[in-house]
Amino acid sequence: MNTPAPAPQTLAQKLIARAAGRSSVSPGDIVTCAVDLAMFHDSSGPRRLKPMLEELGAQIWDKSRVVLVMDHYVPERDDESRRIVRIARDWAREQDLPHVYDSQGICHVVVAQHGHIRPGMFCVGGDSHSPTGGAFGAYMFGIGSTEMLGVVVTGEIWLRVPHTLQMHWRGHLQKGVTAKDMMLHMIGRFGMNGGQYQAVEFAGPAVQALAMQERMTLSNMSAELGAQVGLIAPDEVTAAWLQAAGAPASSLADLDRWQSDAGATMTRHEFDAAALAPFVAAPHSPANADVVGRYSGTPVDVAYIGACTGAKLDDLRAAAEVLRGQRVAPGVRLMVAPASQKDQNAAREEGVLQVLLDAGAELFPTACGACAGYGETMGDNTTVISSTARNFKGRMGSATAQVYLASPYTVAASALRGVITDPREVLA
Amino acid sequence: MTTPSATSHRVWKLGAEIDTDVLAPGHAMKHGIDKIATYCLESVRPEFASQVRPGDVIVAGPHFGIGSSREQAAAVLVKLGVAAVIAPSFSGLYFRNAFNVGLLLLTCPEAERLQEAELVALDTKHLAVISGAGKRLACEPIPDFLLDMVRSGGLMNQLRIRLGKKATQ
Repeated sequence: MNTPAPAPQTLAQKLIARAAGRSSVSPGDIVTCAVDLAMFHDSSGPRRLKPMLEELGAQIWDKSRVVLVMDHYVPERDDESRRIVRIARDWAREQDLPHVYDSQGICHVVVAQHGHIRPGMFCVGGDSHSPTGGAFGAYMFGIGSTEMLGVVVTGEIWLRVPHTLQMHWRGHLQKGVTAKDMMLHMIGRFGMNGGQYQAVEFAGPAVQALAMQERMTLSNMSAELGAQVGLIAPDEVTAAWLQAAGAPASSLADLDRWQSDAGATMTRHEFDAAALAPFVAAPHSPANADVVGRYSGTPVDVAYIGACTGAKLDDLRAAAEVLRGQRVAPGVRLMVAPASQKDQNAAREEGVLQVLLDAGAELFPTACGACAGYGETMGDNTTVISSTARNFKGRMGSATAQVYLASPYTVAASALRGVITDPREVLA
Repeated sequence: MTTPSATSHRVWKLGAEIDTDVLAPGHAMKHGIDKIATYCLESVRPEFASQVRPGDVIVAGPHFGIGSSREQAAAVLVKLGVAAVIAPSFSGLYFRNAFNVGLLLLTCPEAERLQEAELVALDTKHLAVISGAGKRLACEPIPDFLLDMVRSGGLMNQLRIRLGKKATQ
């Protein structure tokens, strides 16, 4: 007796079907999913959730599935930020939350570095860059605080099953070209809503060749592509990284399951990694992207290496590779805010941090900082080149600040020369 | 919300890709919603927050609400009494947040035909905007459970009812 073979499913469909308790799902279906992990931070979390929970007289459905990270308003700079962070700390203590990371770094990096996000999971985050978790083969997306309240009370969330857009990268990236450049290229081509809130899947040899933190950069900026999630099928790179992060071996046993089936229905876009040049997005949109040569020679006042997008260990290493034994151009301010304490410590141990400091870098706290307009922000009429994800008007501070987005290589090369520079010229 | 609305709604017309950071600026995010609302759209329409009247609608270009997950970017418009946002497309994340806080979004391919200060009517049953000249602009369907959420005043009110509490405005 032959049973009919199930229709081929995409990775996104498989992840959703598991969370919805179904054998399969189809694009367009509206389903209810059980949440394996709910992550939120000091800004989106306790300050909003605590009063709503108290008003409802409701409890957290499962504290072991909740992770709280203090990263937006730390270190506290004024009375309002002190109040917001105090609410988070008091609430964490009152609720006796088992997973709290206070001033350890930015949520998307810290949560991954502690092994909380594993292949096959279904996760939500109270932050738009939550698709970062897709790099581990988990279905993870961002939601607002009221919807997070719904998750925290019920443990469930609704979803319209997305279509999959596969971004297939063949070949290999040139030296000095990174995941950030791949993303700026794709966002420039498809626009900030080009993902249409569907599932993007990054695939192909150039993606498989990326280290884990570079994959996180791809998934992270799925937000700027307007996708709900940015998935990468897990492989031995994922497993090795998660094992080192403390994920239990049992959670890494079933990786072959989390791949799109051959013949699954998806829209596929092809890219040639070898032909990709470094990319820069000009003010005031990540979609305003073009090859670095288009903007070469533009003078910069500030070079900013920060955020979950652009200040992980691999990003710091890239900047150090450019700046080793050199100093930034006179008058240029190089600001470095590592994405996590763990990455900062690793960068210190391997000498990367010293290279950056010797080049003239100022070190800032391992928090969201200026990326989101917190901490020390950008002044009027400042021209900034930044390894962060967004250059909306006014986002990093003054509405007259001109923010260019680029890879850590390009940011470092521009700091070195004082003008926007193709890092391949410096690395050559 | 009436069906269809006989009320005239005054149009505030905005451009494409109005992002969350201009709706709810980062520098104001440490405050409560009342204060954030006073900065709504300050960098593109500085007079908006002080001059918008309850019942007004926003008409915008494509990709309204791109950017952050901060739902204050939708809640400020509820706070200011905006009856609906009408645009050819929305950020998916903003779309969820808006319904969760009780803000009606109408996905209207022809939204940009509407003019600044035009008085329009909303047909919230059949999902259409009726222009000042009487032209009917169809909007994309919205699942019933999301329309119910807006009618309830958002997810919080629905949870109040589900958990046996009294709904509030």
